[in-house]
Amino acid sequence: MNSLHRAVNPRSASAFDLERIRADFPILQLQVEGKPLVYLDNAASSQMPQQVMDRLTRYQTSEHANINRAVHYLSETATTEYDAARCKLQRFINASEEREVIFTSGTTDAINLVMHGYGRRFIKPGDEIILTTLEHHSNIVPWQMLAEETGAKIRVVPINDAGELLIDEYEKLFNARTRFVGVIHVSNALGSINPVKQMIAFAHAHGVPVLVDGAQAAPHLQVDVQDLDCDFYAFSGHKLCGPTGIGVLYGKAALLEKMQPFKGGGDMILSVTFEKTTYNIIPHKFEAGTPPIAAAIGLGAAIDYLSTIGMGVIAAYEQELLNYATEQMSRMPGVRIVGTAKNKASVISFTVDGVHPHDVGTLLNQEGVAVRTGHHCAQPLMQRFKVPATSRASFAFYNSMAEVDALIAGIRSVQKVFA
Amino acid sequence: MSNYKALYQEVILDHNKKPRNYGTLAHASHHAVGHNPLCGDHISVTLNFDRECIDCIAFQGESCAICKASASMMTAAIKGKSRADAEILIQEFLAMATGKLNLEDANHIGRLAVFAGVCDLPTRVKCAILPWHTLHAAFHSVAIASTEAEADPMHVSNGNA
Repeated sequence: MNSLHRAVNPRSASAFDLERIRADFPILQLQVEGKPLVYLDNAASSQMPQQVMDRLTRYQTSEHANINRAVHYLSETATTEYDAARCKLQRFINASEEREVIFTSGTTDAINLVMHGYGRRFIKPGDEIILTTLEHHSNIVPWQMLAEETGAKIRVVPINDAGELLIDEYEKLFNARTRFVGVIHVSNALGSINPVKQMIAFAHAHGVPVLVDGAQAAPHLQVDVQDLDCDFYAFSGHKLCGPTGIGVLYGKAALLEKMQPFKGGGDMILSVTFEKTTYNIIPHKFEAGTPPIAAAIGLGAAIDYLSTIGMGVIAAYEQELLNYATEQMSRMPGVRIVGTAKNKASVISFTVDGVHPHDVGTLLNQEGVAVRTGHHCAQPLMQRFKVPATSRASFAFYNSMAEVDALIAGIRSVQKVFA
Repeated sequence: MSNYKALYQEVILDHNKKPRNYGTLAHASHHAVGHNPLCGDHISVTLNFDRECIDCIAFQGESCAICKASASMMTAAIKGKSRADAEILIQEFLAMATGKLNLEDANHIGRLAVFAGVCDLPTRVKCAILPWHTLHAAFHSVAIASTEAEADPMHVSNGNA
């Protein structure tokens, strides 16, 4: 243990009780390969605290029925709890109205909703969509599909070697044909935090709406959609200690009302005849069919859990983890950190000289350390850095400095095997 | 418990560090490029027949240690073999890597048994078998080989020189 390690822990302990938090996550007690699990793949999916599991159990045990339909007790209870979850999400991102929060199956679903609902209605041949080199495939592929269908063009904001967006270049991409901007708030592959507020203001000065992919930002930052002034904000529940299969699309009410529905079916209608269907009001217009009710309520419980700790406190502690890990790893010969933006969330992509990321991942797993290896669903970004893949350690607020040490020791043992 | 820890043993690390038959044959009669889209790894295999037997074989590419060692040991094992014998070895290796080969039964695996543990690592099986898919594709002049092909698991890109 070095001096930094000691210096960091007391400060964090004053902010929140790490041991108590860790006790909330049963999975952290797991042994992998006979070693304590060190879970550093939080950017892919975070773990669930007991409180959320208990909430799911309570829902299934005593509250479940379909929502927005029957007049019986259970249906009313489930509807109330589902609506309450929406309200929690609204407060979590500081949306001005509940109806601006649409439950989706995840970030990908949310972005596809915007592509179908907004893109297919308003984007025409020759129009331009601005994306960035940092985008996850989920914010590239839907727009490519739209471009192919409509004859629109995709323009891409470049980055520098640190993995920061070149904002001058972004601004230069705007012209009379620019109709839409899609930008990732925090890069899932590198951790770079993008200056989205500034980018949104610039786009708005040109009358262009902006979708922010917040899948990686919502778990690590305090998100305020009114302050950002974004038009759309998408994120996933399972990266926020909630269940899989649930996510959120925030959209400004005026835009959501102008959009066409994404999926047709029950719940999204006011009236149906074989001649004509009148769509429901937002958010219901975009929630066709029976939604993942339990998952939404579980996500609401996860938001309660995170809010009790405080996103500001979480962000500050994760920054300490990031700083400690960065400092340790930058001192290791043969280890290169890919993505060294000034503003970063707790994600470190790295390569080990002479060792393929998949070998790094397999060998770290033997030490109980779980990292992601691969292209992180960001192949254009990997191409930009001329690497086929990287290893990625991503930290959550329940990780400890000792787990950073375990990662460092694991990397050393990888290097020894390949020495 | 799995025996995959044995994977990163001396022989594999050695072949990774000093791959045998590394490079490209200038005038190959058969060649194919194998690609694993999950990790971006790719290797090419070039070979020449002298009558019935594989006279020369070489591989080249970018890949993890498991894949590179598998390719290196494959070229060493295959050189001098008839095409029919090579095909048998391909099938045996694929069966071993997917846990379907009983090493107690008669087989031609020999030193390649160091890869037996890979069957306990589903995510790494593809690394070990990519060179073998690629070799198979080179034999059969398949246009493209990939570990993620739709119908044919031996989907690798081929130049049928």
